[in-house]
Amino acid sequence: MSTMLEIKGLTRQFGQFIAVNNVSFSVESGEVLGFLGPNGAGKSTTMKMVTGFLSPTSGTAVVCGDDVTRDPIAVKRHIGYLPEGAPLYEDMTPAGLLGFVANVRGLAGSDRRSAIDNAVAKLQLDEVYNQQIGTLSKGFKRRVGLAQAILHDPDVLILDEPTDGLDPNQKFQVRELIGEMSKDKAIVISTHLLEEVDAVCNRAVVIARGAKVADGTPADLERRSRYYNSVSVHLKTDRVDQLKSAVERIEHVSGVELGPVVDDVTQVLVVPMDGSEIVEAVNLQLVENNIPAEQIYVERGRLDDVFRQITSEGDAQ
Amino acid sequence: MNTTLAISRRELNAYFSTPLAYVFIVIFLALAGATTFYFGGFFQRGQADLASFFSFHPWLYLFLIPAVGMRLWAEERKSGTIELLMTLPVSTIQAVLGKFFAAWIFTAIALVLTFPIWITVNYLGSPDNGVIFAGYVGSFLMAGAFLSIGSFVSALTRNQVIAFVIAAAACFLFMMSGLEPVQSAFRGWASPFVVDLVASLSFLTHFDAITKGVFDLRDFIYLLSVICVFLFANAIVVDLKKGS
Repeated sequence: MSTMLEIKGLTRQFGQFIAVNNVSFSVESGEVLGFLGPNGAGKSTTMKMVTGFLSPTSGTAVVCGDDVTRDPIAVKRHIGYLPEGAPLYEDMTPAGLLGFVANVRGLAGSDRRSAIDNAVAKLQLDEVYNQQIGTLSKGFKRRVGLAQAILHDPDVLILDEPTDGLDPNQKFQVRELIGEMSKDKAIVISTHLLEEVDAVCNRAVVIARGAKVADGTPADLERRSRYYNSVSVHLKTDRVDQLKSAVERIEHVSGVELGPVVDDVTQVLVVPMDGSEIVEAVNLQLVENNIPAEQIYVERGRLDDVFRQITSEGDAQ
Repeated sequence: MNTTLAISRRELNAYFSTPLAYVFIVIFLALAGATTFYFGGFFQRGQADLASFFSFHPWLYLFLIPAVGMRLWAEERKSGTIELLMTLPVSTIQAVLGKFFAAWIFTAIALVLTFPIWITVNYLGSPDNGVIFAGYVGSFLMAGAFLSIGSFVSALTRNQVIAFVIAAAACFLFMMSGLEPVQSAFRGWASPFVVDLVASLSFLTHFDAITKGVFDLRDFIYLLSVICVFLFANAIVVDLKKGS
Protein backbone atom coordinates (compact mmCIF):
# COMPACT_ATOMS: atom_id res chain seq x y z
CA MET A 1 0.00 0.00 0.00
CA SER A 2 1.29 3.41 -0.89
CA THR A 3 0.15 6.84 0.14
CA MET A 4 -1.84 8.35 -2.72
CA LEU A 5 -3.18 11.47 -1.07
CA GLU A 6 -1.61 13.41 1.72
CA ILE A 7 -3.28 16.46 3.20
CA LYS A 8 -0.93 18.62 5.25
CA GLY A 9 -2.22 21.36 7.51
CA LEU A 10 -4.84 22.48 5.03
CA THR A 11 -6.41 25.79 6.05
CA ARG A 12 -8.85 28.08 4.31
CA GLN A 13 -10.11 31.40 5.54
CA PHE A 14 -12.99 33.38 4.07
CA GLY A 15 -12.49 36.85 5.54
CA GLN A 16 -12.61 36.37 9.30
CA PHE A 17 -14.25 32.97 9.03
CA ILE A 18 -12.01 29.92 9.17
CA ALA A 19 -13.77 27.30 7.07
CA VAL A 20 -11.05 24.67 7.30
CA ASN A 21 -8.52 24.76 10.11
CA ASN A 22 -5.25 22.85 9.87
CA VAL A 23 -6.66 19.56 8.64
CA SER A 24 -4.15 16.75 8.01
CA PHE A 25 -4.60 13.14 7.04
CA SER A 26 -3.46 10.75 4.35
CA VAL A 27 -5.17 8.12 2.27
CA GLU A 28 -3.52 4.99 0.94
CA SER A 29 -4.26 2.92 -2.10
CA GLY A 30 -7.08 0.50 -1.38
CA GLU A 31 -8.62 2.70 1.27
CA VAL A 32 -12.12 4.12 1.13
CA LEU A 33 -12.14 7.05 3.46
CA GLY A 34 -15.42 8.44 4.73
CA PHE A 35 -15.08 12.16 5.28
CA LEU A 36 -17.76 13.03 7.79
CA GLY A 37 -19.03 16.15 9.41
CA PRO A 38 -22.20 18.15 9.96
CA ASN A 39 -23.34 20.46 7.20
CA GLY A 40 -21.05 23.47 7.03
CA ALA A 41 -18.18 21.72 8.80
CA GLY A 42 -15.81 22.31 5.89
CA LYS A 43 -16.03 19.00 4.04
CA SER A 44 -16.69 20.51 0.62
CA THR A 45 -14.18 23.32 1.13
CA THR A 46 -11.51 20.75 1.95
CA MET A 47 -12.35 18.75 -1.15
CA LYS A 48 -12.31 21.86 -3.33
CA MET A 49 -8.81 22.62 -2.12
CA VAL A 50 -7.56 19.09 -2.70
CA THR A 51 -8.93 19.11 -6.24
CA GLY A 52 -7.30 22.45 -7.03
CA PHE A 53 -10.52 24.41 -7.33
CA LEU A 54 -9.86 26.64 -4.34
CA SER A 55 -6.39 27.63 -3.26
CA PRO A 56 -5.59 27.01 0.39
CA THR A 57 -4.81 29.92 2.71
CA SER A 58 -2.05 27.69 4.07
CA GLY A 59 -1.05 24.05 3.98
CA THR A 60 -1.25 21.85 0.93
CA ALA A 61 -2.31 18.51 -0.46
CA VAL A 62 0.04 16.11 -2.21
CA VAL A 63 -1.57 13.75 -4.70
CA CYS A 64 0.58 10.93 -6.11
CA GLY A 65 3.68 13.02 -5.45
CA ASP A 66 2.39 16.26 -6.97
CA ASP A 67 1.73 19.29 -4.79
CA VAL A 68 -1.56 21.04 -5.52
CA THR A 69 -0.20 24.50 -4.72
CA ARG A 70 2.77 24.04 -7.08
CA ASP A 71 1.38 21.98 -9.93
CA PRO A 72 -2.42 21.96 -9.80
CA ILE A 73 -2.72 20.65 -13.38
CA ALA A 74 -0.70 17.52 -12.55
CA VAL A 75 -2.82 16.96 -9.45
CA LYS A 76 -6.02 17.34 -11.47
CA ARG A 77 -4.78 14.66 -13.85
CA HIS A 78 -4.52 12.14 -10.99
CA ILE A 79 -7.93 12.93 -9.55
CA GLY A 80 -11.45 12.03 -10.56
CA TYR A 81 -13.84 14.40 -8.85
CA LEU A 82 -17.58 14.50 -8.35
CA PRO A 83 -18.43 17.99 -7.06
CA GLU A 84 -21.23 18.47 -4.56
CA GLY A 85 -24.61 18.24 -6.28
CA ALA A 86 -22.97 16.80 -9.40
CA PRO A 87 -23.14 19.96 -11.56
CA LEU A 88 -23.27 19.10 -15.28
CA TYR A 89 -23.77 20.94 -18.55
CA GLU A 90 -27.50 20.38 -18.77
CA ASP A 91 -27.80 21.15 -22.47
CA MET A 92 -25.35 18.39 -23.37
CA THR A 93 -25.98 14.67 -23.69
CA PRO A 94 -23.98 12.13 -21.66
CA ALA A 95 -22.29 11.27 -24.98
CA GLY A 96 -21.26 14.89 -25.52
CA LEU A 97 -20.19 15.46 -21.94
CA LEU A 98 -18.10 12.32 -21.65
CA GLY A 99 -16.56 13.07 -25.05
CA PHE A 100 -15.66 16.55 -23.88
CA VAL A 101 -14.12 15.33 -20.62
CA ALA A 102 -12.16 12.69 -22.55
CA ASN A 103 -10.84 15.37 -24.93
CA VAL A 104 -9.79 17.68 -22.11
CA ARG A 105 -8.13 14.78 -20.33
CA GLY A 106 -6.14 14.10 -23.47
CA LEU A 107 -7.64 10.71 -24.27
CA ALA A 108 -7.61 9.90 -27.98
CA GLY A 109 -8.29 7.10 -30.41
CA SER A 110 -9.01 3.65 -29.01
CA ASP A 111 -8.13 4.71 -25.43
CA ARG A 112 -10.82 7.35 -25.64
CA ARG A 113 -13.35 4.92 -27.04
CA SER A 114 -12.69 2.24 -24.44
CA ALA A 115 -12.62 4.73 -21.55
CA ILE A 116 -16.03 6.06 -22.51
CA ASP A 117 -17.47 2.58 -23.16
CA ASN A 118 -16.16 1.38 -19.83
CA ALA A 119 -17.64 4.30 -17.86
CA VAL A 120 -20.98 4.01 -19.67
CA ALA A 121 -21.13 0.27 -18.95
CA LYS A 122 -20.15 0.64 -15.29
CA LEU A 123 -22.82 3.24 -14.64
CA GLN A 124 -25.42 1.75 -16.98
CA LEU A 125 -25.90 4.88 -19.01
CA ASP A 126 -26.73 3.18 -22.32
CA GLU A 127 -30.42 3.99 -22.32
CA VAL A 128 -29.87 7.73 -21.76
CA TYR A 129 -26.61 8.06 -23.68
CA ASN A 130 -28.05 10.42 -26.27
CA GLN A 131 -30.62 12.18 -24.12
CA GLN A 132 -30.17 15.75 -22.91
CA ILE A 133 -28.79 15.74 -19.37
CA GLY A 134 -31.26 18.43 -18.26
CA THR A 135 -34.12 16.02 -18.89
CA LEU A 136 -32.64 13.12 -16.90
CA SER A 137 -33.71 11.99 -13.44
CA LYS A 138 -31.58 12.87 -10.44
CA GLY A 139 -30.25 9.32 -10.27
CA PHE A 140 -29.07 9.38 -13.86
CA LYS A 141 -27.53 12.82 -13.46
CA ARG A 142 -25.55 11.58 -10.49
CA ARG A 143 -24.42 8.59 -12.52
CA VAL A 144 -23.29 10.82 -15.38
CA GLY A 145 -21.33 12.83 -12.81
CA LEU A 146 -19.72 9.64 -11.54
CA ALA A 147 -19.00 8.47 -15.08
CA GLN A 148 -17.02 11.64 -15.87
CA ALA A 149 -15.13 11.23 -12.58
CA ILE A 150 -13.98 7.66 -13.29
CA LEU A 151 -13.50 8.17 -17.03
CA HIS A 152 -9.69 8.33 -17.00
CA ASP A 153 -9.35 5.55 -14.39
CA PRO A 154 -7.86 7.96 -11.82
CA ASP A 155 -5.63 6.90 -8.94
CA VAL A 156 -7.53 9.10 -6.53
CA LEU A 157 -11.28 9.44 -6.55
CA ILE A 158 -12.91 12.25 -4.61
CA LEU A 159 -16.67 12.10 -4.35
CA ASP A 160 -18.63 14.84 -2.60
CA GLU A 161 -21.87 13.30 -1.34
CA PRO A 162 -22.12 10.73 -4.14
CA THR A 163 -25.40 9.20 -2.97
CA ASP A 164 -27.15 12.36 -1.83
CA GLY A 165 -30.72 12.38 -3.12
CA LEU A 166 -30.63 8.89 -4.58
CA ASP A 167 -33.20 6.21 -3.79
CA PRO A 168 -32.11 3.11 -1.83
CA ASN A 169 -31.57 1.01 -4.96
CA GLN A 170 -29.42 3.68 -6.57
CA LYS A 171 -27.48 4.14 -3.35
CA PHE A 172 -26.79 0.44 -3.28
CA GLN A 173 -25.54 0.51 -6.89
CA VAL A 174 -23.25 3.46 -6.28
CA ARG A 175 -21.83 1.86 -3.14
CA GLU A 176 -21.21 -1.38 -4.97
CA LEU A 177 -19.39 0.52 -7.68
CA ILE A 178 -17.24 2.29 -5.11
CA GLY A 179 -16.44 -1.06 -3.49
CA GLU A 180 -15.45 -2.53 -6.85
CA MET A 181 -13.13 0.33 -7.70
CA SER A 182 -11.49 0.58 -4.31
CA LYS A 183 -8.90 -2.17 -4.86
CA ASP A 184 -6.26 -0.09 -6.60
CA LYS A 185 -7.41 3.43 -5.82
CA ALA A 186 -7.59 5.81 -2.93
CA ILE A 187 -11.18 6.96 -2.55
CA VAL A 188 -12.50 9.80 -0.42
CA ILE A 189 -16.24 10.12 0.06
CA SER A 190 -17.77 13.00 1.92
CA THR A 191 -21.10 12.32 3.47
CA HIS A 192 -23.31 13.08 6.39
CA LEU A 193 -25.00 9.70 6.08
CA LEU A 194 -23.51 7.36 8.65
CA GLU A 195 -24.98 4.24 7.09
CA GLU A 196 -22.71 5.00 4.17
CA VAL A 197 -19.63 4.70 6.36
CA ASP A 198 -20.79 1.30 7.51
CA ALA A 199 -21.58 0.27 3.98
CA VAL A 200 -18.44 1.25 2.07
CA CYS A 201 -15.70 2.87 4.14
CA ASN A 202 -12.82 1.19 5.85
CA ARG A 203 -11.77 4.39 7.55
CA ALA A 204 -13.50 7.54 8.73
CA VAL A 205 -12.28 11.07 9.36
CA VAL A 206 -14.67 13.37 11.18
CA ILE A 207 -14.40 17.14 11.03
CA ALA A 208 -16.40 19.73 12.92
CA ARG A 209 -16.15 23.50 12.60
CA GLY A 210 -13.27 23.07 10.18
CA ALA A 211 -11.05 20.95 12.41
CA LYS A 212 -10.42 17.22 12.48
CA VAL A 213 -11.99 15.64 15.56
CA ALA A 214 -11.66 11.91 14.86
CA ASP A 215 -9.77 9.55 12.58
CA GLY A 216 -10.14 5.78 12.70
CA THR A 217 -11.94 2.72 11.39
CA PRO A 218 -15.73 2.71 11.71
CA ALA A 219 -15.30 0.10 14.47
CA ASP A 220 -12.96 2.45 16.36
CA LEU A 221 -15.61 5.11 16.19
CA GLU A 222 -18.35 2.78 17.32
CA ARG A 223 -16.23 1.88 20.31
CA ARG A 224 -16.51 5.48 21.44
CA SER A 225 -20.25 5.16 21.72
CA ARG A 226 -21.64 4.81 25.22
CA TYR A 227 -23.85 2.11 23.77
CA TYR A 228 -20.87 0.04 22.64
CA ASN A 229 -21.25 -3.53 24.00
CA SER A 230 -24.57 -2.71 25.59
CA VAL A 231 -27.03 -5.59 25.73
CA SER A 232 -30.46 -5.37 24.26
CA VAL A 233 -33.08 -7.63 25.87
CA HIS A 234 -36.60 -8.04 24.51
CA LEU A 235 -39.06 -9.32 27.10
CA LYS A 236 -42.67 -9.13 28.27
CA THR A 237 -43.41 -5.70 29.69
CA ASP A 238 -44.53 -7.02 33.11
CA ARG A 239 -41.10 -8.56 33.64
CA VAL A 240 -39.17 -5.32 33.06
CA ASP A 241 -38.93 -4.33 36.73
CA GLN A 242 -37.66 -7.77 37.62
CA LEU A 243 -34.93 -7.47 34.96
CA LYS A 244 -33.99 -4.01 36.16
CA SER A 245 -33.37 -5.07 39.71
CA ALA A 246 -31.52 -8.19 38.51
CA VAL A 247 -29.03 -6.40 36.27
CA GLU A 248 -28.37 -3.66 38.76
CA ARG A 249 -26.44 -6.25 40.75
CA ILE A 250 -23.92 -6.56 37.90
CA GLU A 251 -20.70 -4.70 38.56
CA HIS A 252 -20.11 -2.94 35.23
CA VAL A 253 -23.61 -1.79 34.39
CA SER A 254 -24.05 1.96 34.31
CA GLY A 255 -27.78 2.01 33.68
CA VAL A 256 -30.85 0.60 32.01
CA GLU A 257 -32.80 2.32 29.26
CA LEU A 258 -36.24 1.41 28.05
CA GLY A 259 -36.88 1.19 24.35
CA PRO A 260 -40.13 0.91 22.38
CA VAL A 261 -42.96 -1.45 23.34
CA VAL A 262 -44.31 -3.65 20.56
CA ASP A 263 -47.13 -6.14 21.23
CA ASP A 264 -46.50 -5.98 24.97
CA VAL A 265 -42.82 -6.75 24.44
CA THR A 266 -40.38 -4.10 25.69
CA GLN A 267 -36.86 -3.56 24.48
CA VAL A 268 -34.55 -2.97 27.43
CA LEU A 269 -31.07 -1.70 26.83
CA VAL A 270 -28.52 -2.53 29.49
CA VAL A 271 -25.69 -0.03 29.14
CA PRO A 272 -22.23 -0.97 30.40
CA MET A 273 -19.57 1.27 31.93
CA ASP A 274 -16.73 2.13 29.51
CA GLY A 275 -17.80 -0.48 27.01
CA SER A 276 -17.15 -3.47 29.26
CA GLU A 277 -18.43 -6.82 28.10
CA ILE A 278 -21.51 -7.59 30.16
CA VAL A 279 -23.47 -9.93 27.96
CA GLU A 280 -22.54 -13.06 29.88
CA ALA A 281 -23.35 -11.46 33.23
CA VAL A 282 -26.72 -10.29 31.93
CA ASN A 283 -27.45 -13.71 30.57
CA LEU A 284 -26.55 -15.26 33.90
CA GLN A 285 -28.93 -12.95 35.75
CA LEU A 286 -31.72 -13.84 33.35
CA VAL A 287 -31.22 -17.53 34.02
CA GLU A 288 -30.79 -17.20 37.79
CA ASN A 289 -33.89 -15.08 38.19
CA ASN A 290 -35.80 -17.18 35.74
CA ILE A 291 -36.72 -14.26 33.47
CA PRO A 292 -37.79 -15.43 30.02
CA ALA A 293 -36.34 -13.19 27.27
CA GLU A 294 -37.55 -13.28 23.70
CA GLN A 295 -34.35 -11.88 22.23
CA ILE A 296 -30.98 -10.90 23.57
CA TYR A 297 -28.14 -9.38 21.58
CA VAL A 298 -25.08 -7.13 21.88
CA GLU A 299 -25.20 -3.65 20.34
CA ARG A 300 -22.22 -2.59 18.22
CA GLY A 301 -22.38 1.00 19.28
CA ARG A 302 -24.22 3.67 17.43
CA LEU A 303 -22.30 5.74 14.90
CA ASP A 304 -24.84 8.54 14.90
CA ASP A 305 -24.48 8.77 18.62
CA VAL A 306 -20.70 9.02 18.37
CA PHE A 307 -21.04 11.48 15.54
CA ARG A 308 -23.28 13.75 17.58
CA GLN A 309 -21.01 13.44 20.56
CA ILE A 310 -17.74 14.29 18.82
CA THR A 311 -19.07 16.97 16.51
CA SER A 312 -20.83 18.88 19.26
CA GLU A 313 -18.11 18.64 21.91
CA GLY A 314 -16.73 22.02 20.93
CA ASP A 315 -20.12 23.68 21.20
CA ALA A 316 -20.27 23.02 24.91
CA GLN A 317 -16.86 24.57 25.55
CA MET B 1 -3.62 23.67 -27.23
CA ASN B 2 -5.78 20.55 -27.48
CA THR B 3 -7.38 21.50 -24.19
CA THR B 4 -8.27 24.97 -25.45
CA LEU B 5 -9.61 23.41 -28.62
CA ALA B 6 -11.75 20.93 -26.67
CA ILE B 7 -13.24 23.76 -24.60
CA SER B 8 -13.87 25.85 -27.71
CA ARG B 9 -15.66 22.99 -29.41
CA ARG B 10 -17.88 22.39 -26.40
CA GLU B 11 -18.74 26.08 -26.14
CA LEU B 12 -19.49 26.41 -29.81
CA ASN B 13 -21.78 23.39 -29.65
CA ALA B 14 -23.44 24.93 -26.61
CA TYR B 15 -24.32 28.01 -28.70
CA PHE B 16 -25.96 25.92 -31.36
CA SER B 17 -27.79 23.69 -28.89
CA THR B 18 -29.91 26.65 -27.79
CA PRO B 19 -32.04 29.00 -29.90
CA LEU B 20 -29.62 31.81 -29.05
CA ALA B 21 -27.37 31.00 -31.99
CA TYR B 22 -30.15 31.08 -34.57
CA VAL B 23 -31.86 34.12 -33.08
CA PHE B 24 -28.56 35.97 -33.02
CA ILE B 25 -27.63 35.11 -36.60
CA VAL B 26 -31.06 35.92 -38.02
CA ILE B 27 -31.32 39.23 -36.16
CA PHE B 28 -27.79 40.18 -37.05
CA LEU B 29 -28.29 39.47 -40.74
CA ALA B 30 -31.67 41.23 -40.82
CA LEU B 31 -30.36 44.31 -39.05
CA ALA B 32 -27.14 44.38 -41.05
CA GLY B 33 -29.23 44.32 -44.24
CA ALA B 34 -31.78 46.86 -43.04
CA THR B 35 -29.19 49.36 -41.84
CA THR B 36 -27.16 49.06 -45.03
CA PHE B 37 -30.07 49.64 -47.37
CA TYR B 38 -32.33 52.00 -45.41
CA PHE B 39 -30.11 54.04 -43.13
CA GLY B 40 -26.90 53.65 -45.06
CA GLY B 41 -28.52 54.40 -48.42
CA PHE B 42 -26.58 51.66 -50.20
CA PHE B 43 -28.22 52.32 -53.57
CA GLN B 44 -28.60 56.09 -53.26
CA ARG B 45 -24.90 56.53 -52.60
CA GLY B 46 -24.18 55.07 -55.99
CA GLN B 47 -20.77 53.89 -54.94
CA ALA B 48 -19.41 50.39 -55.30
CA ASP B 49 -18.23 49.96 -51.73
CA LEU B 50 -19.49 48.54 -48.43
CA ALA B 51 -18.97 51.66 -46.29
CA SER B 52 -22.69 51.85 -45.59
CA PHE B 53 -22.59 48.20 -44.52
CA PHE B 54 -19.62 48.39 -42.18
CA SER B 55 -20.42 51.75 -40.61
CA PHE B 56 -23.35 50.27 -38.70
CA HIS B 57 -21.49 47.27 -37.37
CA PRO B 58 -20.33 48.97 -34.16
CA TRP B 59 -23.94 49.81 -33.32
CA LEU B 60 -25.17 46.30 -34.03
CA TYR B 61 -22.33 44.84 -32.00
CA LEU B 62 -23.11 47.17 -29.15
CA PHE B 63 -26.13 45.15 -28.09
CA LEU B 64 -25.66 41.87 -29.95
CA ILE B 65 -22.15 41.00 -28.80
CA PRO B 66 -22.87 41.39 -25.08
CA ALA B 67 -25.71 38.91 -25.67
CA VAL B 68 -23.19 36.42 -27.04
CA GLY B 69 -20.69 37.02 -24.26
CA MET B 70 -23.00 37.23 -21.26
CA ARG B 71 -23.38 33.49 -20.72
CA LEU B 72 -19.71 32.56 -21.02
CA TRP B 73 -18.87 32.62 -17.31
CA ALA B 74 -22.05 33.76 -15.56
CA GLU B 75 -23.81 30.56 -16.57
CA GLU B 76 -20.94 28.35 -15.40
CA ARG B 77 -20.95 29.99 -12.01
CA LYS B 78 -24.70 29.96 -11.65
CA SER B 79 -25.06 26.27 -12.50
CA GLY B 80 -21.92 25.25 -10.60
CA THR B 81 -20.36 23.66 -13.69
CA ILE B 82 -17.37 25.94 -13.21
CA GLU B 83 -16.30 23.48 -10.53
CA LEU B 84 -16.52 20.64 -13.04
CA LEU B 85 -14.57 22.61 -15.64
CA MET B 86 -11.87 24.00 -13.39
CA THR B 87 -11.13 20.67 -11.70
CA LEU B 88 -10.33 19.12 -15.06
CA PRO B 89 -6.66 19.51 -15.99
CA VAL B 90 -7.24 22.96 -17.46
CA SER B 91 -5.45 26.20 -16.69
CA THR B 92 -7.48 29.35 -16.23
CA ILE B 93 -5.94 30.92 -19.31
CA GLN B 94 -6.84 27.86 -21.42
CA ALA B 95 -10.42 28.02 -20.19
CA VAL B 96 -10.68 31.77 -20.84
CA LEU B 97 -9.19 31.45 -24.33
CA GLY B 98 -11.27 28.38 -25.18
CA LYS B 99 -14.50 30.15 -24.32
CA PHE B 100 -13.48 33.39 -25.98
CA PHE B 101 -12.47 31.70 -29.23
CA ALA B 102 -15.77 29.81 -29.34
CA ALA B 103 -17.73 33.04 -29.04
CA TRP B 104 -15.45 34.77 -31.54
CA ILE B 105 -15.80 31.97 -34.07
CA PHE B 106 -19.52 32.18 -33.58
CA THR B 107 -19.56 35.88 -34.47
CA ALA B 108 -17.27 35.10 -37.40
CA ILE B 109 -19.87 32.65 -38.70
CA ALA B 110 -22.52 35.38 -38.50
CA LEU B 111 -20.17 37.79 -40.27
CA VAL B 112 -19.35 35.33 -43.05
CA LEU B 113 -23.07 34.81 -43.64
CA THR B 114 -23.31 38.45 -44.77
CA PHE B 115 -21.51 37.39 -47.97
CA PRO B 116 -24.54 38.09 -50.21
CA ILE B 117 -23.92 41.80 -49.74
CA TRP B 118 -20.40 41.32 -51.03
CA ILE B 119 -21.73 39.43 -54.04
CA THR B 120 -24.30 42.18 -54.58
CA VAL B 121 -21.78 44.98 -54.63
CA ASN B 122 -19.52 43.00 -56.96
CA TYR B 123 -22.45 42.33 -59.24
CA LEU B 124 -23.47 45.98 -59.34
CA GLY B 125 -20.05 47.48 -59.75
CA SER B 126 -16.38 46.87 -59.34
CA PRO B 127 -15.48 47.67 -55.74
CA ASP B 128 -12.02 47.55 -54.22
CA ASN B 129 -12.18 44.07 -52.71
CA GLY B 130 -9.03 44.77 -50.71
CA VAL B 131 -10.86 47.51 -48.83
CA ILE B 132 -13.85 45.22 -48.31
CA PHE B 133 -11.57 42.51 -46.97
CA ALA B 134 -9.96 45.01 -44.61
CA GLY B 135 -13.46 46.00 -43.52
CA TYR B 136 -14.31 42.43 -42.68
CA VAL B 137 -11.06 42.00 -40.77
CA GLY B 138 -11.69 45.23 -38.86
CA SER B 139 -15.25 44.24 -38.09
CA PHE B 140 -14.09 40.83 -36.88
CA LEU B 141 -11.44 42.39 -34.65
CA MET B 142 -13.90 44.86 -33.21
CA ALA B 143 -16.33 42.04 -32.47
CA GLY B 144 -13.45 40.35 -30.65
CA ALA B 145 -12.76 43.47 -28.62
CA PHE B 146 -16.42 43.76 -27.64
CA LEU B 147 -16.47 40.06 -26.81
CA SER B 148 -13.41 40.25 -24.58
CA ILE B 149 -15.18 42.98 -22.61
CA GLY B 150 -18.33 40.85 -22.52
CA SER B 151 -16.44 37.77 -21.36
CA PHE B 152 -14.66 39.78 -18.66
CA VAL B 153 -17.91 41.26 -17.35
CA SER B 154 -19.57 37.84 -17.48
CA ALA B 155 -16.94 36.54 -15.05
CA LEU B 156 -17.84 39.29 -12.58
CA THR B 157 -21.41 38.16 -11.96
CA ARG B 158 -23.51 35.04 -11.96
CA ASN B 159 -26.46 36.95 -13.37
CA GLN B 160 -26.56 36.99 -17.16
CA VAL B 161 -28.85 40.02 -17.41
CA ILE B 162 -26.49 42.10 -15.29
CA ALA B 163 -23.60 40.83 -17.39
CA PHE B 164 -25.40 41.93 -20.54
CA VAL B 165 -26.30 45.42 -19.32
CA ILE B 166 -22.86 46.19 -17.86
CA ALA B 167 -21.06 44.82 -20.91
CA ALA B 168 -23.24 46.90 -23.23
CA ALA B 169 -22.56 50.03 -21.15
CA ALA B 170 -18.82 49.34 -21.07
CA CYS B 171 -18.73 48.76 -24.83
CA PHE B 172 -20.67 51.96 -25.35
CA LEU B 173 -18.10 53.94 -23.36
CA PHE B 174 -15.24 52.41 -25.32
CA MET B 175 -16.97 53.06 -28.58
CA MET B 176 -17.87 56.66 -27.82
CA SER B 177 -14.70 57.67 -26.05
CA GLY B 178 -13.58 59.70 -29.05
CA LEU B 179 -16.87 61.57 -29.29
CA GLU B 180 -18.15 64.69 -27.59
CA PRO B 181 -20.38 63.27 -24.80
CA VAL B 182 -17.58 61.22 -23.30
CA GLN B 183 -14.87 63.77 -24.05
CA SER B 184 -16.70 66.58 -22.30
CA ALA B 185 -17.21 64.39 -19.26
CA PHE B 186 -13.44 64.13 -18.97
CA ARG B 187 -12.44 67.60 -20.12
CA GLY B 188 -13.76 69.28 -17.00
CA TRP B 189 -11.31 67.70 -14.60
CA ALA B 190 -8.70 65.67 -16.46
CA SER B 191 -5.49 66.93 -18.02
CA PRO B 192 -5.39 67.24 -21.84
CA PHE B 193 -3.09 64.24 -21.91
CA VAL B 194 -5.74 62.07 -20.25
CA VAL B 195 -8.45 63.45 -22.52
CA ASP B 196 -6.35 62.56 -25.56
CA LEU B 197 -5.60 59.17 -24.09
CA VAL B 198 -9.31 58.48 -23.64
CA ALA B 199 -9.97 59.67 -27.18
CA SER B 200 -7.34 57.33 -28.53
CA LEU B 201 -9.16 54.40 -26.93
CA SER B 202 -12.18 54.94 -29.15
CA PHE B 203 -13.24 51.86 -31.05
CA LEU B 204 -15.00 53.98 -33.62
CA THR B 205 -11.91 55.95 -34.61
CA HIS B 206 -9.81 52.83 -35.10
CA PHE B 207 -12.57 50.89 -36.80
CA ASP B 208 -13.39 53.72 -39.23
CA ALA B 209 -9.76 53.93 -40.21
CA ILE B 210 -9.62 50.22 -41.01
CA THR B 211 -12.87 50.13 -42.99
CA LYS B 212 -11.80 53.11 -45.09
CA GLY B 213 -8.92 50.98 -46.26
CA VAL B 214 -6.32 53.04 -44.47
CA PHE B 215 -3.95 50.30 -43.51
CA ASP B 216 -2.34 51.39 -40.28
CA LEU B 217 -0.87 48.59 -38.19
CA ARG B 218 -1.59 50.59 -35.05
CA ASP B 219 -5.36 50.18 -35.50
CA PHE B 220 -5.02 46.39 -35.63
CA ILE B 221 -2.61 46.36 -32.72
CA TYR B 222 -4.99 48.54 -30.75
CA LEU B 223 -7.93 46.14 -31.14
CA LEU B 224 -5.78 43.08 -30.48
CA SER B 225 -4.32 44.64 -27.34
CA VAL B 226 -7.81 45.47 -26.05
CA ILE B 227 -8.62 41.79 -26.48
CA CYS B 228 -5.47 40.70 -24.65
CA VAL B 229 -5.95 43.11 -21.76
CA PHE B 230 -9.55 42.11 -21.14
CA LEU B 231 -8.87 38.39 -21.46
CA PHE B 232 -6.02 38.71 -19.00
CA ALA B 233 -8.31 40.58 -16.59
CA ASN B 234 -10.91 37.91 -17.29
CA ALA B 235 -8.56 35.14 -16.17
CA ILE B 236 -7.72 37.01 -12.97
CA VAL B 237 -11.39 37.54 -12.15
CA VAL B 238 -12.20 33.88 -12.82
CA ASP B 239 -9.47 32.84 -10.38
CA LEU B 240 -10.65 35.27 -7.74
CA LYS B 241 -14.33 34.59 -8.05
CA LYS B 242 -14.65 30.92 -8.88
CA GLY B 243 -15.02 29.78 -5.30
CA SER B 244 -17.61 32.35 -4.27
